[in-house]
Amino acid sequence: MSRTARIRLFWGAAAVIAALYTMACLRLPHFGTAVHPYGDRAVAATLRQRTANTISSINFDQRAFDTLGEESILFGAVLGATALLRRTSHDHNTRPRPVRVLPSTRLFGALLLPVALLTGIYIVAHGQLSPGGGFQGGVVLATALHLAYVAADYRALQRIRPRELLDQADAVAAGAFTVLGLAGLVAGVAYLQNVLPLGTFNTLSSGGLVPVINAAVGIEVASGVIVVLAYFLDQTLFATGPAGGAFRKKAER
Amino acid sequence: MNLLGPLPYLVAGWLLLVGVYGLVTSRNLIHAVGCLAVAQSSTYVLLLTVGFRRGGTAPVYSDTSPRSVVVDPVVQALALTDVVVGATVTALLLALVIQLHNRHSTIDPDRLNALRG
Amino acid sequence: MTAAQLLPLAVAVPLLGAVTLALAGRLLPRLGCDILATAWASADVVLLAGLWHCSSRGTQVNWVGAWKPTGGEGVGIVLVGDRIGIGLALLITVLILAALLYAWRFFEEPPAGHRGTFPALILLFEAGMCGFALTGDLFNAFVFFELMGAVAYALTGYHVEDPRPLQGALTFGVINSLAAYCSLMGIALLYARTGELGMAQIGRHLAGHSADALIVVAFVLVLTGLLVKGAMAPFHFWLPDAHAVAPTPVCMLLSGVMVELGVYGAARVYWTLFSGPGGIPAHAMRDVLTSTGVVTALLGAVMCWQQRHIKRMLAFSTISHVGLFLVGISLLSPQGVTGTALYVAGHAGVKAALFALTGVLLDQHGSVDEHSLYGRARELRRSAGIMFVLGALALAGLPPFGTGLGKALTEHAAGEFLGWLPAVFVLTSAITGATVLRTAARVFTGAGGRPDATAGAQTRGDHEEPEVRDPGRPVPAPMLVVPALLLAGSLVLGLLPGPVTALTRAGQLFTSRAAYLAAVGLAPTNQPAMPVVTPVAPPVVWTGEGIALGLLSTILAAALAATALWGPALQGAAAHRLRGLAAAVTQRLVAPLRSLHSGRLGDNAVWLATGVAVLLVAFSTLVQP
Repeated sequence: MSRTARIRLFWGAAAVIAALYTMACLRLPHFGTAVHPYGDRAVAATLRQRTANTISSINFDQRAFDTLGEESILFGAVLGATALLRRTSHDHNTRPRPVRVLPSTRLFGALLLPVALLTGIYIVAHGQLSPGGGFQGGVVLATALHLAYVAADYRALQRIRPRELLDQADAVAAGAFTVLGLAGLVAGVAYLQNVLPLGTFNTLSSGGLVPVINAAVGIEVASGVIVVLAYFLDQTLFATGPAGGAFRKKAER
Repeated sequence: MNLLGPLPYLVAGWLLLVGVYGLVTSRNLIHAVGCLAVAQSSTYVLLLTVGFRRGGTAPVYSDTSPRSVVVDPVVQALALTDVVVGATVTALLLALVIQLHNRHSTIDPDRLNALRG
Repeated sequence: MTAAQLLPLAVAVPLLGAVTLALAGRLLPRLGCDILATAWASADVVLLAGLWHCSSRGTQVNWVGAWKPTGGEGVGIVLVGDRIGIGLALLITVLILAALLYAWRFFEEPPAGHRGTFPALILLFEAGMCGFALTGDLFNAFVFFELMGAVAYALTGYHVEDPRPLQGALTFGVINSLAAYCSLMGIALLYARTGELGMAQIGRHLAGHSADALIVVAFVLVLTGLLVKGAMAPFHFWLPDAHAVAPTPVCMLLSGVMVELGVYGAARVYWTLFSGPGGIPAHAMRDVLTSTGVVTALLGAVMCWQQRHIKRMLAFSTISHVGLFLVGISLLSPQGVTGTALYVAGHAGVKAALFALTGVLLDQHGSVDEHSLYGRARELRRSAGIMFVLGALALAGLPPFGTGLGKALTEHAAGEFLGWLPAVFVLTSAITGATVLRTAARVFTGAGGRPDATAGAQTRGDHEEPEVRDPGRPVPAPMLVVPALLLAGSLVLGLLPGPVTALTRAGQLFTSRAAYLAAVGLAPTNQPAMPVVTPVAPPVVWTGEGIALGLLSTILAAALAATALWGPALQGAAAHRLRGLAAAVTQRLVAPLRSLHSGRLGDNAVWLATGVAVLLVAFSTLVQP
């Protein structure tokens, strides 16, 4: 199909979709409607489970099975990156070299890194109480570590990044979620049932299983993101395949 | 009829179509993966729009009364799941693009002609 | 502990297996990883076989985390194991085991220090597919749909040394993800209307509204993701590109069961959500899906006939068969579902076996090109050759293969709806069978003339990267044993009355919306709480009509293959004129069709949009509020 024909076909299809979608939207409840039956039930269930953050209660308790699948996608992405970005015998690798950075950048990086790490841990730990949780905190943790790359160079990042350990931590955390579910089954109740003591509302130990799964997710997200980024950085910065690496040239400039 | 009523819903549809338009016309695979992310953002907008409740606050009760009115938390949880799914899929697709570039020195989708007919 | 409590294990056990392999792959040698993966996959098969056995007592229902609703209203996710769902999960686990066995010592270069990566990905794929087959929650279905999708993209692009797998995996990934996001839009629209995510709950709440534009748009959007996975025309363009380039064990899974899961999802969503009041009327569903199914079947068959890249040929054959499955589902009758279920199971065995045998050719000769392999695999004709021919005949519907029985049952049900539908079944299965038969004759015996080696604008199958260490070695035993077992399995499905009896009941349960609602505890108040299954008529196994039509398509396949092989050499004016006619048809009709399959991402995306638009127009016209 020629480019013009393709774009014309798109406009035809888009016109039809736009028209019918608009008609559908006119039949939707008004924006801001007060009717949210599932939402109301979820809030009630959250308060019964003594969890302050409703979203964490839904993600790690009421609909934890969704999160199990989603964590598996993340685990699959790490394995996928391991497979797709692997070094093959065709690759030639170069070593990272020291890079000059402005002293001010170096200073801010050194100051920010511990603060960012602490923030990440806080967000993970308070997932059942305040906005945030394993996902958000995990991403903050992973990003924090990469401040070393921004503020210094790749060798500094390599020194503070225990890659093998993180790779295993990712798998162990993904497995921990599955095993936590099995614990319920072994105890004679349902899979992923929240059987731990629920604790006192609005304290760190409240919510039963929620903070435990939340922590596992935090570890998995943080280590998974770091490992995936490590594969990406290796491929783009230091591996030159048969076709050469223009990414590398750009990145080094 | 309130014309602004369905506007947030329409924004979601607009984002989906814009993303598809980008995919249709893309000349760069990194751009195409970005367009896919744009199309996906339509789902975030639609989910959060559907769950909005006028006058509602965030569904977190650590510093508000358990009787306060909140927006629908379910769609927020779904959007969070959706974000993670989108990010991981994007990572996998970008890994494929990087390999295409590193080993075969092209990322123009219209120059990939090995599979046809 | 009851069987229903064990339902989440169908997902949890393979997930745990993936984690174990990812960790153990650092310590164990290659052989250890293969043994561990095979043992784990066998355990999954045993688990699902047990669940299948228990499901004969009735639908198994599990509220994950014990979030059982009170008064029909809850917050949790439900897993529903009826016989079709569990049967499909069992089929998935069997194929996973076959693929893992086949892949023993298969890959040249596992990622250094991560030898367990490939089997771990396969087990994650299994978890995603089993979760999708068993879930009774629409958003949860999306999550597992994405899990199987994401893992499948990575597996498809596994051979990074070659640009074609990367291209195929990218198209696959972008188009399927885009379609999944369309589905999620549909799920959000349904949530806005009903405030529910459970399939049964949404279905029950739809009854309070009329079938308006919102329902049509939501239905089409949800269906888009499923039918893109199910490769319905014009959503099918990604499939041959991905299936032609994926590693052989992955092809076995993609063609054998993943594509069929899309059709299953569409059927499940229709019956549970939309078949009641306030949903989509039966005639609209029947008209639209039957016509698109017929188009898909014909298109797949024509394109299959044109291929010389054997994997791509098998991929188009899958498209053709999926079209037939769509027709079977769209009849909206228990008989149609029973026949289709059996057809899917039989087809999975046959198609996986054919891909496995193609892998043997690739292993031995470094090529999957019908033309360049001409006469080169003579030494394999007593092993792989015979199996290839059997696979071709089973594809055409030869009794007593499971494909033949499934085809006969579906065909019969289709014939009761429209008299000419069986002709489509006979014709398309004959064409796909004939194509594979033609290939087998050329590759394994050097029959017919040497094919014209000049290539037009098409995908060739030579110059493939060999998937193995040493192309000169003898064929490893698993690579021949696995296809033999798969073919035998397909044969058993057609010979034994057990599966048909079980699937006859399963079809009745699957098409009964009341039974599904009752199983998840949402029985309408005026109906009894136990699933009502109408008295079971003795299951129809082989009929004279079915055997006759099966033989007819097999004979037709043989005749077509013979024409392709020896037709070009025939003398005489009539033969000359016929050849001229065939060339003209190919030039005028088939060549433009082939050029539409450009493999370009932009074209794929525009066909997706066009398909959505066509479905929207069709359903809005047919659904009168």
